[in-house]
Amino acid sequence: MTDTSLPLPADARRHSATFPPEIIGQIQRTAVEGHYEIRGGGAKRSVPGFDDLVFLTASVSRYPLEGYRERCDTRTVLGARNGAAPIELDIPITIAGMSFGALSRNAKEALGLAATMAGTSTTTGDGGMIPEEREASKTLVYQLLPSRYGFNPRDLLKADAVEIVVGQGAKPGGGGILLGQKVSEQVAEMRTLPAGIDQRSASRHPDWTGPDDLRIKIAELREATNWEKPIYVKIGATRVENDVKLCVAAGADVVVLDGLQGGTAATQDVFIEHAGIPTMPAVRLAAGALRDIGMQDEVQLIVSGGIRTGADVAKAIALGADAVSIGTAALIAMGCNSRTYTLDGEVHDATEDYARLGTAPGYCHHMHTGSCPMGITTQDPDLERRLDPEVAARKVANYVLAMTMEVTALARACGKSDVHNLEPEDLVALTVEAAAMARVPLAGTSWIPGRET
Amino acid sequence: MCGIVGLHLRDESLYPRLGELLTPMLVAMGERGPDSAGIALYADELPVGTLRWSLRAAAGGTAWDEVADRLGTVLGTMPAVRRVDTDAVLTVDADAEHVRKALDDWFPELGIVSYGRALEVYKDVGHPADILERYGIAERAGYQALGHTRMATESAVTTEHSHPFAAGPDLCLVHNGSFSNYATVRRRLADAGITFDTDNDSEVAAQYLAYEIGNGADLGQALDSLMTALDGFYTLLVATETEFAVVRDRSACKPAVIAETDEYVAMASEYHALATLPAIDTAYVFEPMPQEIHTWSR
Amino acid sequence: MVTLSCAELTTTEINRRLRELPRGSTVTITEPRGRHNLAVGLFPQIDITVDGNAGYFIGGLCDGPDVSVNGFVGWSVGENLMSGTVRVHGSASECAGASAHGGEIYIEGDASSRAGISLKGGTLVVAGGVGHMTGFMAQAGVIVVGGDTQEALGDSLYEAVIYVGGRVGSLGSDARIEDLGDEDVLLLKELVERSGFDHIEPENMTRVASARELYNFRASMSQAY
Repeated sequence: MTDTSLPLPADARRHSATFPPEIIGQIQRTAVEGHYEIRGGGAKRSVPGFDDLVFLTASVSRYPLEGYRERCDTRTVLGARNGAAPIELDIPITIAGMSFGALSRNAKEALGLAATMAGTSTTTGDGGMIPEEREASKTLVYQLLPSRYGFNPRDLLKADAVEIVVGQGAKPGGGGILLGQKVSEQVAEMRTLPAGIDQRSASRHPDWTGPDDLRIKIAELREATNWEKPIYVKIGATRVENDVKLCVAAGADVVVLDGLQGGTAATQDVFIEHAGIPTMPAVRLAAGALRDIGMQDEVQLIVSGGIRTGADVAKAIALGADAVSIGTAALIAMGCNSRTYTLDGEVHDATEDYARLGTAPGYCHHMHTGSCPMGITTQDPDLERRLDPEVAARKVANYVLAMTMEVTALARACGKSDVHNLEPEDLVALTVEAAAMARVPLAGTSWIPGRET
Repeated sequence: MCGIVGLHLRDESLYPRLGELLTPMLVAMGERGPDSAGIALYADELPVGTLRWSLRAAAGGTAWDEVADRLGTVLGTMPAVRRVDTDAVLTVDADAEHVRKALDDWFPELGIVSYGRALEVYKDVGHPADILERYGIAERAGYQALGHTRMATESAVTTEHSHPFAAGPDLCLVHNGSFSNYATVRRRLADAGITFDTDNDSEVAAQYLAYEIGNGADLGQALDSLMTALDGFYTLLVATETEFAVVRDRSACKPAVIAETDEYVAMASEYHALATLPAIDTAYVFEPMPQEIHTWSR
Repeated sequence: MVTLSCAELTTTEINRRLRELPRGSTVTITEPRGRHNLAVGLFPQIDITVDGNAGYFIGGLCDGPDVSVNGFVGWSVGENLMSGTVRVHGSASECAGASAHGGEIYIEGDASSRAGISLKGGTLVVAGGVGHMTGFMAQAGVIVVGGDTQEALGDSLYEAVIYVGGRVGSLGSDARIEDLGDEDVLLLKELVERSGFDHIEPENMTRVASARELYNFRASMSQAY
């Protein structure tokens, strides 16, 4: 008989790296439910990223710009390649596509208002364009997705640009089945689906497959918009070099590249964690691909997937992006994973709401449940009330403008009068992996691993 | 990112016009692939024992007379040389293995683009219209032809990566689509002794067919076998000395249109590439069903 | 009566002229010879005839016109159609009527694979046969096939309904054959009249609809996904 009053032996809790508690939990959940785990959010595991890069700001050999008197431009122009009216942004940060259906109406409106306040664009998602969003957004990009939910030619004309979504970082190449909690009556009607069902997700577009036929599809969209609107093509980061070149050959005016850390409202965990390459190497590959085919000045590159701070933005630009896009971060700015929400002037603690979902503030990735305690990723009107679009918009705008200040601070310190003059040579890496992935030297050395010449 | 075209002539009176008819077909498919193009022509079958070799010059040019002289000495029989742009077609009355060895030993810098009794292949980097012009395709006669236009994705845009891939005598393949397991199939073929010029997925398909045919399969059987071995998306157009075949994978996500008259059979990725053919308005136009091998023979 | 020639005008020029025509106009587009993207993204209620064989996306993204083609068409005819009609006197390539939200698409010949894919409320009537994966993920609307179908008919079907006059090659995942009801017959009679495909016999059609077993995930069905 074991005497439970004695302390456990020192090696009683030997951690297994192969079967840690999280994995044990996953396996047992799968055994009970009989299907893959579906969740929201992006890749949670640690991968080489922008944190592994640092700037070589001015000192003696380089001189900085003053922070106040001396201009550092952030204006960003996208999509002029084929004669469309270009997208002109005040800042190099845009709001990524997220669907009405995944997001509440208030959240979509908030993003539109925020983008307008910050002088940038927002993007529709896998559910079509809602009037509140078009009204709130000064510049709105309209997505064409494999599902084609709610897609129609009149909304197409209301858009400022079109974004053909081939894939996204959270699930490049993925389709499959999503759970039914999000398909409320309202969303179901917009998507022409029965309410409450588990929604199936197509991995390919219904009317074309492959870059050679994408070329003809892009031509169709140009015809339908009288050549007036820039055409973006969005891809998840996998075989980036080839894919970027093919997007350009197919006619893209702008390439949007979403890395492994990119978020989603709901998809299979196996895609989120195990498909796609991290954003940091993806940027450099994409920029290199454009340069290889001489298109770096003709076609713009927007990069997304785990962009969090102005430092991330600056590094992405230095590695070759023209702009970045934020999704998850924008939601966090408006309250996602916050412990409290404010309703009718009163602050409420939401910890119990999170606990009911099986999570806690700071760890929540449960958008797929449709019960977002912050009213952001939900269709439940009681929850949605907790999100005031104007207040949320202010927060997102604050965040985005503050990030822009961080970018200019770093850019000025590198001696740049325009953030787009940041270049890879402004960076060094702190790890061998990051040096190899970003193709910048390992700090303290001139070594770039993996480069032949 | 490719366009493919093919023309198999049934009416001998059209043979002199083969190149003339093929030219606008290939130019039309330049929209699907503007960066490189390749053409395979089947014409003037040589007697058994004689072979025609399409050779690509070394970078910087090749003195073809010297090549012919040397081969003449080594093989004991003098090749005839026909220059085509900077490249050349050598006709020689010798065994394929001996010719290959001679070329490998003495002129490893030359590219062996194709060999056979009827086949010639021309391919290079450049816009399809330019390629056609350089090789004088519009003036050529013959009984069947394949063409391919390509958008290069590798950073080094090279000729070797262009289609058609001619892996065996008189065997030629063009491909639109994307194979998903070709690296594994290439390894297996390499283990069996096959060597590859490129890391291109389409070359694997060509070598696979050559291997199967070399082991006694006919084209239909080889294509059947390929459909099991190679995974992914494809429309394939394959020709041998006597046959012309089209097949699509199970999903049929890559396009294919075939037009058939008493005078010819034509194939293209998009119909408008066929629109200049004679009597196209009354041709029987159809699309091959998934996994259905359509073959026409002389 | 307006005539626009593909031999003289680019596709963009043609679409621009079409866009400017007043309601009720009649237009003929000549010498298409496989041209793509003719009559795309149009709203005016006009009558357009494409006099010859045409390419991809003919009549796509339209919300108003009546388009007819005197020949066959390439991929995705009438894709994302909102209202109006597209009539093809010949056959159609893959993805005919893809994601159509409304309006009617009539194919007098055959349609190919994935006809009516992702259908969202439109009506697709094919006099002849259709290819594999017809009605794949079709959410709403009606597909009528006068002839035979190939494999995987109605795979992953939602609430769209498919009627087949000939043989069903095989049913796709979650598609099943149901009894034909009076309402079905009435609908089919109407569609026969509108399409002019009077070889179709409303009482003898096979009704294919969703078994709805994939609507809510069940572990035991996982291999059906």
